[in-house]
Amino acid sequence: MTPPQDQEPEFLHAFTIAANDFAGAGQVSIAVKNLLKEVGFSAQCLRRVAIVAFEAEMNVVMYGGGGGLSVYLAPTLVRLVVEDQGPGIPDLDLAMQEGWSTATPEMREMGFGAGMGLPNIKRNSDRLEIHTSPGRGTKLVAEIILT
Amino acid sequence: MPVKLAQIASWLQAEVLSGHEALEREVLLAHAADMMSDVLAFSHPGSLLLTGLANPQVVRTAEVAGIRAVVFVRGKRPSEAVTLLAQEFDLPLMTTAYSMFDACGLLFAQGLRGWSLPEGRA
Repeated sequence: MTPPQDQEPEFLHAFTIAANDFAGAGQVSIAVKNLLKEVGFSAQCLRRVAIVAFEAEMNVVMYGGGGGLSVYLAPTLVRLVVEDQGPGIPDLDLAMQEGWSTATPEMREMGFGAGMGLPNIKRNSDRLEIHTSPGRGTKLVAEIILT
Repeated sequence: MPVKLAQIASWLQAEVLSGHEALEREVLLAHAADMMSDVLAFSHPGSLLLTGLANPQVVRTAEVAGIRAVVFVRGKRPSEAVTLLAQEFDLPLMTTAYSMFDACGLLFAQGLRGWSLPEGRA
């Protein structure tokens, strides 16, 4: 589902995600949702974007050692780019499987780390790319088509 | 079946922690989970969430997933900071002494449904 060339999204806003800030985790995604609410999307689209942002933000907080989330916007598309400088994902195919997790007890106590984050991101994205290698961080590019 | 929050609070003998002014609002379905990713994956907007977790992520997950109100089970009580966050998001919170199983069972017996039953989707 590659968007047409004339729909190349434009940069809208960049957020910083703090490392290991378990109490504050999720703030960025709420800010993304509020930002896009002002633009005027349907509740269903907003929900999909917010779920992708939230799961990605949790991953950056829990595993990525902090990073950033950027929002790009075209008339019929939202692109989220989430990057960290963490340890990377050694086996992406495994990480995409529902239920597979390397979460610590602290992460699970927060209600995350059940191995559903990346599958949830995939389920709510119309296009998803993940670039990762051990020691070089992870970059996730997710696009949600606006209906 | 749409159910008013005041009715839920009464059935569960729950104490309302925030959103006292919002008890006339209705929930359409209920979802019970301690894993927030489960809520993000499977809950439907307009649902009631029953959970044993009482941290800020519950409130943020509810905001992201379009959850209409949260019931903390087995007497769980969130911190002041969590209650303030819920007020910021206009999210009613209540706490009940019943366990997760019993709280769900009481609501089901009264006619509230989850998303996985055909009658819940009506």
